[in-house]
Amino acid sequence: MMRGTSSVGSDAAAVAKSEAAEVAVKGNGWTGLIPIAIGILIALVLHFSLPAPQRSYNTQILQIIGIVIVLAVSLNIVNGMTGQFSIGHAGFMAVGGYTAASITYYGSMLLWGSTVKHGGFLGSGDWLFLGSCLAGGLVAAIAGYVVGLPSLRLRGDYLAIVTLGFGEIIRVVLQQTGPLIEDIEALQSVGLKQLVPPPLGGSLGFSGIPKYTNLFWVYSILAITLVVAYRLKSSSAGRSMISVREDEIAAQAMGVNIARQKVTAFVVAAFFAGVAGGLFAHSTGTVSPKDAGFQQSFDYVIMTVLGGRGSISGVTLAAVFLTVLPELLRDFEQYRLIVYALLLIIMMLVRPQGLLGIHEVWEMFNRRRRKAETSGSDVSPAEVGS
Amino acid sequence: MSLLTVNNLSVSYGAIEAIRNCSLRVEQGEIVTLIGGNGAGKSTMLRTISGLLTPKQGTIQFERKEIQGQPPHRIAQSGLVHVPEGRGIFANLTVEENLQLGAYSRNDHAEIRKDRERALELFPRVRERLKQAAGTLSGGEQQMVAIARAMLSRPRLLMLDEPSLGLAPQIVQTIFQVIREINNSGTTILLVEQNAAMALKVAHRAYVIEVGSIEMDGPAAELASSDEVRKAYLGAH
Repeated sequence: MMRGTSSVGSDAAAVAKSEAAEVAVKGNGWTGLIPIAIGILIALVLHFSLPAPQRSYNTQILQIIGIVIVLAVSLNIVNGMTGQFSIGHAGFMAVGGYTAASITYYGSMLLWGSTVKHGGFLGSGDWLFLGSCLAGGLVAAIAGYVVGLPSLRLRGDYLAIVTLGFGEIIRVVLQQTGPLIEDIEALQSVGLKQLVPPPLGGSLGFSGIPKYTNLFWVYSILAITLVVAYRLKSSSAGRSMISVREDEIAAQAMGVNIARQKVTAFVVAAFFAGVAGGLFAHSTGTVSPKDAGFQQSFDYVIMTVLGGRGSISGVTLAAVFLTVLPELLRDFEQYRLIVYALLLIIMMLVRPQGLLGIHEVWEMFNRRRRKAETSGSDVSPAEVGS
Repeated sequence: MSLLTVNNLSVSYGAIEAIRNCSLRVEQGEIVTLIGGNGAGKSTMLRTISGLLTPKQGTIQFERKEIQGQPPHRIAQSGLVHVPEGRGIFANLTVEENLQLGAYSRNDHAEIRKDRERALELFPRVRERLKQAAGTLSGGEQQMVAIARAMLSRPRLLMLDEPSLGLAPQIVQTIFQVIREINNSGTTILLVEQNAAMALKVAHRAYVIEVGSIEMDGPAAELASSDEVRKAYLGAH
């Protein structure tokens, strides 16, 4: 049963290697920020290398892809890592989007007299926009906390219904808001009556939002999201979230506070969804109640399912694929939904665990290599236990 | 003073009383086993002690502190560690990650490394499987991982729920041998078993539980030779 000394030695080496990897992932102090810095650099290159007209079709698609990845990867923290089933993610996005939009819209009206974009790249308008996105994230995080609480008592389908209900509530509430205040004079002479219900555009949606979102912001925030998600996954906190997904009782027996892990997952996911909502609102210039609806939420759920639960790179790929695909199928407009549905069904039949299962892209390669290495060793293939 | 004292404990699932007025104690350094048939209330007892169930009445004292009603993670952090029935392995995580989760509430990295080494010495098989997804292991290996993982949280009382469940007799031997080794190195153990013969062989003392109440208790060897126990649990005629 015991293997030779040589393999014990290689085991020690493997431990040392995995510890080194852990240090590399955790980093010490500032080195941990390097991946984020690289991401921001890429974002800068993207921003300045692409043709100037910001509203060109390709740029717009690239922005949407980035935003959708942020949404899918953040939802994956709840659905994939922690094993809860939330189908209200678009609700958090809308909360963030509306919060951010009202801050920049009314903020720039009060500060600069109009809602026209103010200042150049990284100018004062950009900072107002960034602040509004963060505020959107915070408000969404609070909503995430509130929605996370029932997850302590509800499981599976029941939790799904609560989160679905949350999204729908947000949608209906947003429909009941009042019309926008369109210029500075009206805003200055505004009475309490026009503020109840808050002037967020009603069922027509919040439009005329200054379009501050550009590739730089989208891909910088995407970089931060990916790094946070990955480091969360490989940290003790992330492992404890995964342990909640795998077996709640065993997780508790290890001293994991499962209530806290679930709520934390909801809060973190909602924060990023809220920030993405801010990006979205300032990308298209409008955000409307239907953006909080079930259809949108479901798109993100499909992405996490296709990508594989807990696999950040898998979900990223799925998000890119499922955003680009409908665009490519635009010429076959009438067959678009059929192809989309067929692809999903095939996927479910062929690979129900998702594109990558729980693994990351690079782990798939490692695994293949390791399999090749160990195939000749004395380790007998384990019979699968129950 | 006992390490664990359970006093007049009653637990019910809705209207059904699973445990009635049970008392037991575990002294420092002992292996105590709780044996009984299906549905006698053995697992309920462990689940109540570890905080997964709330007792209707009675007290549970661990290291002189009353712990009934505390959330399970708090109880686990205080050193009372439960290896649940059916092993409770994190199937999609690697064995290594499972072990890391065992040390979840600890921060003393040097000591964790030592404990990890000790646990792997107890189970050489686990060492061979470190990089494998825990779900691909055999039942016996999973049980080994579950116990090794529990050892990484440095339990002062280790509670094992049916460690022999569904395992080949040979593996059962290995597991029980390790249970004895763990105990020899100073960890107190409360063992719940249907395999009464094995349990009585390793334990110092035993309690026999039947339909929710403790019917007999005493030194394990004495119980093993008593007629009633032999008839009911050891298959002698």
